Amino acid sequence: MKARVTISLKNGVLDPQGKAIEHALHGLGFEGVNEVRQGKIIELDLGDISTDAAPAEVEKMCTQLLANTVIENYTVELLD
Amino acid sequence: MTEITKEIVSEHGLSESEYEEVLKILGRVPNINELGIFSVMWSEHCSYKSSKKWLKTLPTEAPWVICGPGENAGVVDIGDGQAAIFKMESHNHPSYIEPYQGAATGVGGIMRDVFTMGARPIANMNALRFGRPDHPKTRHLVSGVVSGVGGYGNCMGIPTVGGETNFHASYDGNILVNAMTVGLADTDNIFYSAAAGIGNPVVYVGSKTGRDGIHGATMASAEFDDDSEEKRPTVQVGDPFTEKLLLEACLELMATDAIVAIQDMGAAGLTSSSFEMADKGGVGIQLDLDNVPMREEAMTPYEIMLSESQERMLMILKPGREGEAKTIFEKWELDFAVIGKVTDTGRMVLTMGGEIVADLPVAPLADSAPEYDRPWVKTECPDPIKASDVSAPADLKKTLLKIMGSSDIASRKWIWEQYDHMVMGDTIQRPGGDAAVVRIHGTDKALAITTDCTPRYCYAHPETGGAQAVAETWRNLTATGALPLAITDCMNFGNPERPEIMGQFVGCIEGMRDACIALDYPVVSGNVSLYNETNGTGIFPTPAIGGIGLLKQSDHMATLAFKNSGEVILVVGEASGDMGQSIYLKEIEGREEGAPPSVDLAIERKNGDFVRDAIHAGELTACHDISDGGLLVAISEMALAGNCGADLDLVSDLPLHAACFSEDQARYIVTATSETAEKLLEKAKLANVPLQLIGTTGHNELNFGTELSISIEDIREVYSNWLPDLMTVPGN
Amino acid sequence: MKAAVIVFPGSNCDRDMKVAIEQSMGHSPAMVWHADTDLPETDLIAIPGGFSYGDYLRCGAIAGNSPIMREVVKKAKVGTPILAVCNGFQVATETGMLPGALLRNANQKFICKDVDLKVAANNERFVGAFETGQTVRFPVAHHDGNFFTDDETLARLEGEGLIAFKYSDEDGNVTDTTNINGSRNNIAGIYNEAGNILGLMPHPERLISDQLGGTDGKTFFDNLINSLS
Repeated sequence: MKARVTISLKNGVLDPQGKAIEHALHGLGFEGVNEVRQGKIIELDLGDISTDAAPAEVEKMCTQLLANTVIENYTVELLD
Repeated sequence: MTEITKEIVSEHGLSESEYEEVLKILGRVPNINELGIFSVMWSEHCSYKSSKKWLKTLPTEAPWVICGPGENAGVVDIGDGQAAIFKMESHNHPSYIEPYQGAATGVGGIMRDVFTMGARPIANMNALRFGRPDHPKTRHLVSGVVSGVGGYGNCMGIPTVGGETNFHASYDGNILVNAMTVGLADTDNIFYSAAAGIGNPVVYVGSKTGRDGIHGATMASAEFDDDSEEKRPTVQVGDPFTEKLLLEACLELMATDAIVAIQDMGAAGLTSSSFEMADKGGVGIQLDLDNVPMREEAMTPYEIMLSESQERMLMILKPGREGEAKTIFEKWELDFAVIGKVTDTGRMVLTMGGEIVADLPVAPLADSAPEYDRPWVKTECPDPIKASDVSAPADLKKTLLKIMGSSDIASRKWIWEQYDHMVMGDTIQRPGGDAAVVRIHGTDKALAITTDCTPRYCYAHPETGGAQAVAETWRNLTATGALPLAITDCMNFGNPERPEIMGQFVGCIEGMRDACIALDYPVVSGNVSLYNETNGTGIFPTPAIGGIGLLKQSDHMATLAFKNSGEVILVVGEASGDMGQSIYLKEIEGREEGAPPSVDLAIERKNGDFVRDAIHAGELTACHDISDGGLLVAISEMALAGNCGADLDLVSDLPLHAACFSEDQARYIVTATSETAEKLLEKAKLANVPLQLIGTTGHNELNFGTELSISIEDIREVYSNWLPDLMTVPGN
Repeated sequence: MKAAVIVFPGSNCDRDMKVAIEQSMGHSPAMVWHADTDLPETDLIAIPGGFSYGDYLRCGAIAGNSPIMREVVKKAKVGTPILAVCNGFQVATETGMLPGALLRNANQKFICKDVDLKVAANNERFVGAFETGQTVRFPVAHHDGNFFTDDETLARLEGEGLIAFKYSDEDGNVTDTTNINGSRNNIAGIYNEAGNILGLMPHPERLISDQLGGTDGKTFFDNLINSLS
């Protein structure tokens, strides 16, 4: 099975890249955009890890390496 | 397999007569793989078919030259068993399409050229040309290119120590990104690319091969049109981390004697690297493409051979050394695969899935690439523009401020502060001076490095412009106290099939040749980028020159900053006062006209040798060459760098604007204590070098009789703010 | 006195760190490869600058999980002095040895230049050569040096004198205009609570001679080596 981890900066952490995108969108005339936050998506092919074990395993991967919980939030989506 | 039609041949950029030649060499119709290989090998980029005839006329030898053009980079002896290995290369078209990745992979490519030869890179430089400052794309391109250059070099941990940047409308649709790397090797451990040893293994190392950059080399040989946007997917993506590992792994293997030959996979990837190695060695090569490490599935032989995936090398090992080499590359977590062997057939035979997918004779393909003597017309030199033909400035202060804050003169700090220019801990002259200076680690020696070209001079009169570009690098190196050794050239021009463009190329080469001979300053490496045109309009002819020089004692180095109050300011060299092609004429009168300043190479050498001797004798406290903008600009730059003003007393027969802003060549501003100045004046007289006392350093203003009184801070404001202001996105 | 410099794939200020330590210590530090699981006996561990593992994922994240860092964290806990510069500072925050995180510079650009730093709190071992409140000049060269931490931690760092350096002007004024990268409270370097770890973005190892443009870095290393000898 596969997992998709979405990582974004926590609210309250300045996101200069998101801000730059927001300015660029305004510059292009997309005035309605209020806020842009940039993040990243990590796709994992879990190979032999079982469906039962997957949630806890991916959770561990997130806290140990994939996200820095001082500044980042993450969500995990398990895909078949 | 794909049938070879006229359309397919033409899509591959081969002319009818070139295709005839293909048929003659093979004695049959090529298959698609073979056609693709001919296409890239005979592209302008790989074959130099329009330029070869003229490049051969450049001087390439001197007692200190170990290896001239033809290898991955040029090699010069710098004493004590050490060699400097360097080259400059263009990555223009990819950088226009995708500025960050285009510039980054340009930097990655030139570093590979240098470490392929066994050198650890110690400095990067660049020469960048963008369109006019207010062109809608300029800001995006500057921003992308600068972060790309920095992104790659910073991650590699090789300092980017300087360069030059111009803005001009002629580059609106074709920016130039020329990157230069200087490396250091031992003279007894330099690596070349000629394959040898029948049966020896051919080894692939580095990153895996993907579908990126296919036909990059043919893209670099075609004009842009409005559909160029569609070429985006073929741009390569750089991975500086992998290149850093590749550098360390190659240098580790090079410390053994396992390598017979090594070649970087640059433009035209596996095709040009394997053909060049086979051709130089006069041997054949057999490759099994199934063994090439691949990143994507179902890649065809055509794609494998033409991929321009980055961070890859091809090498020939001594028999039985594969295991040792493999251990090193695996330690650095890089791919390592034996993909073929050296043969005695003189043919390149490629197999995949047990079938022969291409079978080509090496020598005819590599050597008998087309060579054209393209028709050319000479650019006549325009009439000079005398000082009397130009109106005097209404207000010298306003004039100076306008020029100091103009696109050609203003500070480039916004750019070089994005480059790590100090890593490796040997940068002793940072960007912003005449040349960058880096120490040779652990010795008293240092190398001075500079890149220069004045394209508006080259456009006005190619011979003068070509000579001036070489002379200016020589002068910039000299101004630090270095003895200039050799140059690399990056020849950026428009469409060579147009006689006036070909004439610009020929003219620039002639000027460069004269300068190289007169200054004992040969060409040891280089690169040609043609077809820099959009919709039929070519760029200014831009032979960017990268020069290196040696300081035997790094503590002899001179810098441009005024050091102390109360020192004497002198000018070396004479002015005719001609104003053609000057920044003054462009910025104040709005005219880009006239003959460029003339270049007298004998005077250039005499004045430069005088200055260098004085630096070595410890007689000068500061030194700066006079170039763009003229004497008053040079003095302003020295004042800004030293945060110290000057009182000027310039006695001249010339009108004020000519004395201040003419761009006459072979000149330097120097400072000395008043006692030393006396001695210098005597020495200059004996050496027949014009030397004139023009002022004294001190306080924080530039004063010039009743004509000028301006604070350094006022100059700094316009000088420092121009580029940051240009790059500030409104509303951010 | 013995020192060790940790080397990751992608480290590129390891040689500069070695040269600076050598100059002050009189002999070479041990260079310890990331895959090693043993640290030699040492009185100082330096984690140098660079782009460890390409700084892919997050700066310092992959290095923070490398085998050698488990050993470094153990040594840190028993009080071995650790100097973490630039990428090393990022690695140290990723392992939790130091609080906070280093985000992309507020102006989004890589910044390489000499900066003035106000010595905010003294720690004899690391900055004993300087007075609190005085300024020193070290270069910075980073893309991700924007120090972030939550309000509570920030208050604790300020309150307990754990801030080593703040970006300032040459007279020691700490203002928004001197905040080159958007760091909270202009923080350029911090200590851990025990005071045996200094993490900082600027590079003292780059200004160790007049020829390189300054000697504040030499003063820094002379004091550090002296106090540990």
